Amino acid sequence: MYAFDFVKPSTLDEALSALAEDEAQAISGGQTLIPTLKQRLAMPSKLVSLTGIAELKGVKTEGNTLTIAGATTHAVVAKEAAEAYPALASLAGRIGDPSVRALGTIGGSLANNDPSACYPAAALASGATIVTNTREIPADDYFQGLFTTALDEGEIVTGVKFPIPEKAHYQKFIQPASRFPLTAVFVAKYSSGVRVAVTGASEDGVFRWSEGEEALGANFSPDAVSGLSVDPDGMMADMHGTAEYRAHLVKVLTARAVAAANG
Amino acid sequence: MPKDSGIGASSKRREDVRFLTGKGRYTADINLRGQVYVAFARSTVAHGRINSIDTSAAAEMPGVLAVFTGEDFVEMGSNPAGWYITSRNGETMKEPKRPVLAHGKVRHVGDAYAAVVAETVAQAKDAVEAIEADIEELDAVLDMASAVADNSNRVHDEIDDNICFDWGWIEDNRAAVDAAFESAPHVTTLELINNRLSPNPMEPRASLADYNTGTEDYTLYTTSQNPHLHRLLISAFVMGIPEHKLTVIAPDVGGGFGSKIYHYGEEAVVLAAARKLGRPVKWVCDRSEAFVSDAHGRDHVTKIELATDKEGNFLAMRTETLANLGAYLSNFSTATPTFLHGTLMAGPYKTPLVYVNVKGVFTNTVPVDAYRGAGRPEATYQIERVIDKCARELGIDQIEIRRKNFISPDAFPYTTPVGLVYDTGNYGATLDKMIELGDTAGFESRRAESSAKGKLRGIGYSTWIEACGIAPSHLVGQLGARVGLYDAATVRVNATGNISVLTGAHSHGQGHETVFAQVVSDMLGIPEASIEIVHGDTSKIPFGMGSYGSRSLAVCGTAIVKATDKIIAKCKKIAAHQMEASESDIVFENGNFTVAGTDKSKSFGDIALSAYVPHNYPLDELEPGLEESAFYDPANFTYPAGAYACEVEVDPGTGKVDVVAFTAADDFGNVINPMIVEGQVHGGVVQGIGQALFEVVVHNDEGQNLTGSYMDYAMPRSNDVPLLVVDHSCQTPCTHNPLGVKGCGEAGAIGTPPAVVNAVIDALQAGGYDIAHIDMPLTPSKVWAAMAGAQQAAE
Repeated sequence: MYAFDFVKPSTLDEALSALAEDEAQAISGGQTLIPTLKQRLAMPSKLVSLTGIAELKGVKTEGNTLTIAGATTHAVVAKEAAEAYPALASLAGRIGDPSVRALGTIGGSLANNDPSACYPAAALASGATIVTNTREIPADDYFQGLFTTALDEGEIVTGVKFPIPEKAHYQKFIQPASRFPLTAVFVAKYSSGVRVAVTGASEDGVFRWSEGEEALGANFSPDAVSGLSVDPDGMMADMHGTAEYRAHLVKVLTARAVAAANG
Repeated sequence: MPKDSGIGASSKRREDVRFLTGKGRYTADINLRGQVYVAFARSTVAHGRINSIDTSAAAEMPGVLAVFTGEDFVEMGSNPAGWYITSRNGETMKEPKRPVLAHGKVRHVGDAYAAVVAETVAQAKDAVEAIEADIEELDAVLDMASAVADNSNRVHDEIDDNICFDWGWIEDNRAAVDAAFESAPHVTTLELINNRLSPNPMEPRASLADYNTGTEDYTLYTTSQNPHLHRLLISAFVMGIPEHKLTVIAPDVGGGFGSKIYHYGEEAVVLAAARKLGRPVKWVCDRSEAFVSDAHGRDHVTKIELATDKEGNFLAMRTETLANLGAYLSNFSTATPTFLHGTLMAGPYKTPLVYVNVKGVFTNTVPVDAYRGAGRPEATYQIERVIDKCARELGIDQIEIRRKNFISPDAFPYTTPVGLVYDTGNYGATLDKMIELGDTAGFESRRAESSAKGKLRGIGYSTWIEACGIAPSHLVGQLGARVGLYDAATVRVNATGNISVLTGAHSHGQGHETVFAQVVSDMLGIPEASIEIVHGDTSKIPFGMGSYGSRSLAVCGTAIVKATDKIIAKCKKIAAHQMEASESDIVFENGNFTVAGTDKSKSFGDIALSAYVPHNYPLDELEPGLEESAFYDPANFTYPAGAYACEVEVDPGTGKVDVVAFTAADDFGNVINPMIVEGQVHGGVVQGIGQALFEVVVHNDEGQNLTGSYMDYAMPRSNDVPLLVVDHSCQTPCTHNPLGVKGCGEAGAIGTPPAVVNAVIDALQAGGYDIAHIDMPLTPSKVWAAMAGAQQAAE
């Protein structure tokens, strides 16, 4: 890694002013950024840690909304969201390994928007709202392709508001090496309808499988999707799976997610 | 009643205390005063002509002390291949020069062409980025079949067909084998790939060189499985440093699996830099560097044919293999696909006629060399897969086809048609044990249970044998080896009666410090705790050849036994003198020398002390002191064998394979420490599952390694492995070493892959999918694609 300065502010305002400097970069859990730095693939002049800011931490439930502050680790979400939103807590508890979960944060994951990350599927399937230091962004507008989001330069994810569904499940099929999703599906059933979000599969990052949503809205059972097929066009293809395979998995995993959500 | 110490006891691994409490001392832990660091410039292209390398900017960078390129090493010798292979046409193999740093051309991604020494690692890496190399990219030679067929593109300009050797084993048998095929009632043919693996020891390679400007002595601390072999290669072949002026120390080493047998260019660079600067020079390999510079394993493409009668009796076997050697010949690379592979092609079977053809091919990839099992997994995989296919074609039970072709227990010593003499074995016994422990009779009910869960269950077998305890020097010399493969030990009894055992073996995870102490303890009747095993330092240990090829106990351990025998013999002379008895009347038991039929007795400690305080001592006929050495050259390989049963569940929705049961019944002859043997089998089986289901090095069309990190190179983890049932109660002791032991270190990696693949094929066929073969690793996507293909073909 190249040399850089490191600051760890205790308030959001201090962090924002530090980030206003040229080549400064925010770091939360560092689960993507640190390996990138180690490989000398990034050269920030200053890293601004977000993990020392009290207002960026915590999980709370108000009414039917679960709010997770941006720098809350996966391990904390796995524990503290378990009652209010078990499917989300289960997702958090299955990210990476204990070391990753002790350091990685929800804000970091959503800001990075890795096409194979877990959290984007939950946020999109829940119709969550991404809260930043300047505004609130609906998940449907937030995810804009591989490693691309609606965030402006210097904008920080301060929290995420999840509407709590009636039923939900995250069905993850892991890539054997990285143990990231090779394809994973988050299904959430609300009184307003069913949302199905897919990660790991598309060349454009996380997406909603609208055909599946419609079918499940009418009949929330695994059989509802059995007659559908997913177009492999636009799916990722690599040594771990062809586009056809990923398209196939979308359907299989959706059915399994529904079965699990129904208990 | 299990023993609590000595031979046969599951003594706890004494070395684990320091390993598990962070007190191990690995090369990277060693820091010398004034130490500086080297970083390497590595090729980013698979094949390229070096037009120029401008190091002037790098040399001016902060902290930079020296910059080296291939030009600085042109006077040095070539890092050699340890075995000369003779081709079918009688010509010796082609051995291109393997330079310390690439010169003229770069030949694989990761090929180091320059090195920078600086005060800090970061400064050295910064300066590497300032090197301006004009490297003209050439088409990469990657696919072996095209490399051989098309000579327009050459890895080494002087080798026109990219072929190192074209080896026939045994060439004289070829005509008879071909004739048997022509008249055979049934022939099963299978084309398969043995996937390229990256070794991934937990500790990456590291080297630290120190040059004493006063004495002109060199010391190299390095991650080696065989410090004397490293010293020999550096002294006699590459750098010309006199052996007596070079000490090689391999301290604690965190795994090797073969990859740390070999001498690599980085070691020569740190030595040369230390000499030039008069300061210690250190290099610790990054994990990403390891993926593109550690020797890889396997990578064979094979067509195998098995001729049988209608009842499944084997009549003849014939194979054609392309073996990937990578860009340069690593030290054991030519032996692995030939003598460690072709000689195994009889397996445990009485197949009367066998012919093996192997072409060694150069490609623009990392050199390929021995990796846990080395040639024997490649042989076993072919044999056990083709037998599985043959049984399915003929409708014969998988266990019965093996049993009816086994060499019978009364046929030993048995001479195979591929040049080995098996000393002993009982393959039916391990097969019976596997059937019992694996409850193969209950398989159908387990299959029904899996089916109820929506899973396809299959069972697969592998009855394997291997030749290890490498190796009889006279035999390997005839086969082209350029070194002897004996080993050596010194047993030094100290004046106070405790013992230092100096061994040529090197422990990099095996547990030698525990096991060797058990052997000596048992022989001398003194506590294990009073025995220290010293290894890894050429200035202390005798000239032994190190640890690989499951040789440590069978070869190095035998040298220890022989040295200990000499100690006992000398002690008897001393005891006879002191107790005024005839030497032939002295009995040594439980640590005491007794005059037979009397109550006269002397303890081992008393005798040892008197050897160093020789007041009452036969000085006119015996030297004082108590230290003996032995060199031991084995008369034959050892031939462990076993029977493995693997059960898998295949998820038809995703193609994912789960290993749900695994039984290994092995014959390792006598067992010194059952716990350690079981641990070796556990590790080997998991590596075998890794090869079968997870691991593969993948290159793109430009020769870039797409699996250069753990994000894409998949290793098996604990939750990928069921509880392994391992057994070693079937024991046919080796007939030619005094302990009666056979090697166990590579067994699991050899026997496992075909058992897993056979189980998957069984599951798929039972599920109605007409699939004859899938190449490893059987990843979910590959299995699903095969199922989808079979389904389409059926419709």
